[in-house]
Amino acid sequence: MKVFVTKDALDPYKEIMAFEREALPAGKHGGVVSFVGTMRDFNDGQNVKAMNLDYYPGMTERHIERVCQEAMDNWDVMDCLVVHRVGEMVPTDPIVLVAVWSAHRKDSFDACRYIINYLKESAPFWKCELTREGQKHWVEKNSEDPGVAKRVERKTA
Amino acid sequence: MDIKVRYFASLRDRMGRSEQQVSVDKEQLTVADLWREISNDPIPDTILVAVNMEYTDSSHELKAGDEVAFFPPVTGG
Repeated sequence: MKVFVTKDALDPYKEIMAFEREALPAGKHGGVVSFVGTMRDFNDGQNVKAMNLDYYPGMTERHIERVCQEAMDNWDVMDCLVVHRVGEMVPTDPIVLVAVWSAHRKDSFDACRYIINYLKESAPFWKCELTREGQKHWVEKNSEDPGVAKRVERKTA
Repeated sequence: MDIKVRYFASLRDRMGRSEQQVSVDKEQLTVADLWREISNDPIPDTILVAVNMEYTDSSHELKAGDEVAFFPPVTGG
């Protein structure tokens, strides 16, 4: 499992290929399912020009790792990679990558959806949008995915 | 007891700072008590709390040296 947060531009497809070469044994996985979240130029009917993503160093990584571990305990997953952008970004920039490798597709589809949904629910990130009119505002809530699997109950250490 | 308090996102803007050290002359202190020490108000339901980087609630009993973070609902991904 690899989880990191970065201020640098994110090339999700390069990250997938690099991680696959470095961490996955050749010929053992049947596929990789990925979710790449990108920045829109609209939100709640407003034109968005730029965004700043704030996070809580240490807690953010810990909570993403926990969600990944839950997914790996629940589905037959070989490995997973999560990269999340923070700082300044503009529309079309990739914000987040979740990639999950497994022998069979069902496990990686289900685990990938689980990770992105619970990352959005529990990892401490906050979006601050700048509209084309020059107004700054904090996004108050994320949209929900009604298809998300129930969160696995885990005791915190 | 000494507590390190951190604020994020809109709450940091509202509080006008990202962190502060709070010294409270009490043996027992919950998160709700701490918030009242800082702001003189009851803690709003909309604020999330983490102690030492784990989510908790306002009844959590604090100990000296804890790091308490207050922040709004998260919006990553």
